[in-house]
Amino acid sequence: MNVRLIVNGEVLNAEVTTPISLLKVLRDELHLLGTKDACEQGECGSCSVLLDGDLVCSCLVMAADAHDLPVTTVEGIASDGELHPLQQALIDHGGVQCGFCTPGFVVAGADLLERNPSPTSGEIREALSGNLCRCTGYGGIERAIQSLIEVEER
Amino acid sequence: MTARTQTGSKVRKGVGESVPRPDGIPKVTGHFAYASDLYAQDMLWGAARRAPVAHAGVTHLDVAPALAMAGVHAVLTYDDLPAKRFQGQIITDQPVLADGTIRYWGEVVAIVAADDPTTAAEAAQAIEVAYEPLDPLTDVDEALARDEVLRKAVSYRGDREVHGEVVVEATYETATQDQAPLGNEAGIAVPDGAGGVDVYGPTQWTHVDHEQLVDCLGLRPEEVRVHPTGLGGAFGAREDLSLQTHLCLLALRTGRPVRMVFGREESFAAHVKRHAARMYYRHEADRAGNLIRVDAKLLLDGGAYSMTSPAVVANAVGFAVGPYRCPNVFVDGYALRTNNPPSGAMRGFGAVQTGFAVESQMDRVAAELGMDPLEFRLKNAIGPGDVLATTGQLITEPLPTREVIESVRAMPLPDDETSTDARELPGGTGLTTPRSAVVRGVGYAVGFKNLAFSEGFDDYAEARITLTPVGLDIHTAAIEVGQGMVTVLEQIARSVTGIEDVRVIFDDTSQIGSAGSTSASRQTQMSGGAVLKAAEKLRDELFEYFGADALSSEGMWRGSQLVASLPEACLDRDFSAHVRHRHQGSEEPDENGQGNLHVDFAVSAHRAVVDVDPVLGLVRVVKIDTAQDVGFALNPMSVIGQIEGGTMQGIGLAVMEELIVDHGIVRNPNFTDYLLPTFLDAPPIEAVLIEQPSSWGPFGAKGFAELPTISSTPAVVAAIRNATGKALTRVPVRPEDIAL
Repeated sequence: MNVRLIVNGEVLNAEVTTPISLLKVLRDELHLLGTKDACEQGECGSCSVLLDGDLVCSCLVMAADAHDLPVTTVEGIASDGELHPLQQALIDHGGVQCGFCTPGFVVAGADLLERNPSPTSGEIREALSGNLCRCTGYGGIERAIQSLIEVEER
Repeated sequence: MTARTQTGSKVRKGVGESVPRPDGIPKVTGHFAYASDLYAQDMLWGAARRAPVAHAGVTHLDVAPALAMAGVHAVLTYDDLPAKRFQGQIITDQPVLADGTIRYWGEVVAIVAADDPTTAAEAAQAIEVAYEPLDPLTDVDEALARDEVLRKAVSYRGDREVHGEVVVEATYETATQDQAPLGNEAGIAVPDGAGGVDVYGPTQWTHVDHEQLVDCLGLRPEEVRVHPTGLGGAFGAREDLSLQTHLCLLALRTGRPVRMVFGREESFAAHVKRHAARMYYRHEADRAGNLIRVDAKLLLDGGAYSMTSPAVVANAVGFAVGPYRCPNVFVDGYALRTNNPPSGAMRGFGAVQTGFAVESQMDRVAAELGMDPLEFRLKNAIGPGDVLATTGQLITEPLPTREVIESVRAMPLPDDETSTDARELPGGTGLTTPRSAVVRGVGYAVGFKNLAFSEGFDDYAEARITLTPVGLDIHTAAIEVGQGMVTVLEQIARSVTGIEDVRVIFDDTSQIGSAGSTSASRQTQMSGGAVLKAAEKLRDELFEYFGADALSSEGMWRGSQLVASLPEACLDRDFSAHVRHRHQGSEEPDENGQGNLHVDFAVSAHRAVVDVDPVLGLVRVVKIDTAQDVGFALNPMSVIGQIEGGTMQGIGLAVMEELIVDHGIVRNPNFTDYLLPTFLDAPPIEAVLIEQPSSWGPFGAKGFAELPTISSTPAVVAAIRNATGKALTRVPVRPEDIAL
């Protein structure tokens, strides 16, 4: 079947012959490689995307269920060549090491800040507890998000 | 903090600054290329058929059904191997494909190349294989009884007749830990059309991969080129070959590029683990609190093949007593061959296992003496001028054991928790534990480990720096695994030369000599040292050629006069400096394990504060404080990142991470059942950096990034003991260890 996705504002079509996840279509068919495949069980959040505005693990969504829906991947978080403030903050505060989890944290973290511009530490940690990072111990990621909250309060 | 530079003291983004990573933007935008993102024109997909058993004879193997499938281009087994059939970086004992006997769960029996990933996977399953089950050997004591010893390493020092008045004996165990880097194994091999091959895959040392590939492919060294790729973490998992040989064999057989990408379950099967260990300890002290004697027998489960086990067991022995004075030491360490998955490198490399055991013993001896556990450690702590208890070697470099202990002790403890927010209680949002059921505990531990390679290994790193019209290119074979070496190498070159525009080029094996392994906390000092020397050599050459006395991003200066800009200099001729940097060397052990086995050391201390629900056996790590011996923090932000990340891996081993291996079969090869610490498990971590400059590290820097993993595990367990009164001799500590 043909699956039509509106990815980062662009209509893209993929021909799908077997039951296949949205993650596989994004990576293997559409070659949007920013969305990462690390566990395929919805445990690590590396494949986080926004599907019709909702944060999902794209490994757990069947591609057919995303038909005709808007999808935002990490490639769609920066706009007009400008990094999202969270992207810059992750770089500036040591929230990036190997970077494999980073696309997932960018998508999930941007979604958190969109819904809740001033999260408490507990809210940050709970909202991002579905994203695993093996390198940073999460400290740099939390500091990156905290830095954005302080900016908004000024 | 002062940047100790000569010419480049005013350069921006030099040493001592928290310079952000140069690869940050591609990583946050999703454009950074990892091994799993590589494609090639006309590419085939590879797949492996893995054994589902831990020990068996292969009684039937027929690849014909797979070869008959449309879209299948090659199926290879042991009989197809073209040259040396065994690989391994120390002992070549691992068959490239199973040699008729299966020795561990997940061993590769055959490999397939096909048009697409689905066909490749189906073809791998279409291969007919029958097994005759054999009893798996899975216990280390039994392996020792059967003399299945990969290496015995010892430390015998002092007088066997001497004993202390206070004796503490216990047996400790550490479970198998997986590095669980977020990036699974993936790679691509591309035939060059002339009989050679280029391979791109997960690695921590391209040149040691190259040596093995050349032998196993039957090619000349110049026909094989090993390229670094973007890595989703390493932590030791990439020190041994995983899929590279298989990729090259398929690419050479088919004449087409071949790609493999593993899922998480296959990743668990494909890389080495941290050795599970059983450690028998006996400590003896006098009544005044002096450590008199340590006896230990260390059994490390090496699994089916040797991998880096011979080096890991030497390290376990070397750090079996900790950074403490002890005149009589008798340690026997064994790396044992079993039918469990092969063990190898993971952050801390043997010092994690003995670190847990020895720090637990130190607390017990202190308790037996009625001494404060930190006072007991301080009384026995070693520093410069003392000898290492296990090898007898004199400590000549800074070793701030006392300082890390005293610093952590001086840090303020968190207030008693009163919050009833479920996220701040053991059991979390499972809502299992009311605040009134919580018991708090505090524990301390010290970590100790060598830096760089030991035991007389010829340890070196090459670097080449080239002047370009805009700045400097640093060429290296060292691997950026995520740790931030790329940033630090640039900072060193900037501070030496005063030239700001510096980039690192990660060369393949044909372009530059070895950098040694990106492990053993060694690249800051080894490749960093090579870059320092190369930058100085290039700077001095430019000074001499142009009669200049200063260098900057603009060019060469004589006094206030610009003699030549960088583009002008590059038009004149090529300027480049190539260095092979060695450390001061180490010795091989004598028959008693004595000698100057190690080049240098680092120490760390952790204090853990935990809240425990003793009824359900649940633990929440509330706060971690640590002091780390870093020499000089070249990039403080990066140093903190290593401390926090390393500490979390130690917390993982303390309370949740365990690869469950049942009769040789891995039962939890996925992230649902192999638990990694999440954001909610991460406590605040405060770190104090102890900066006593190393005589041989660039700008006084020391490697340190394994240390946070070594001392965090025993500190957390000590805190749980403090809360519960339980002995807790095994990690990870499971709920039943506390509650039952």
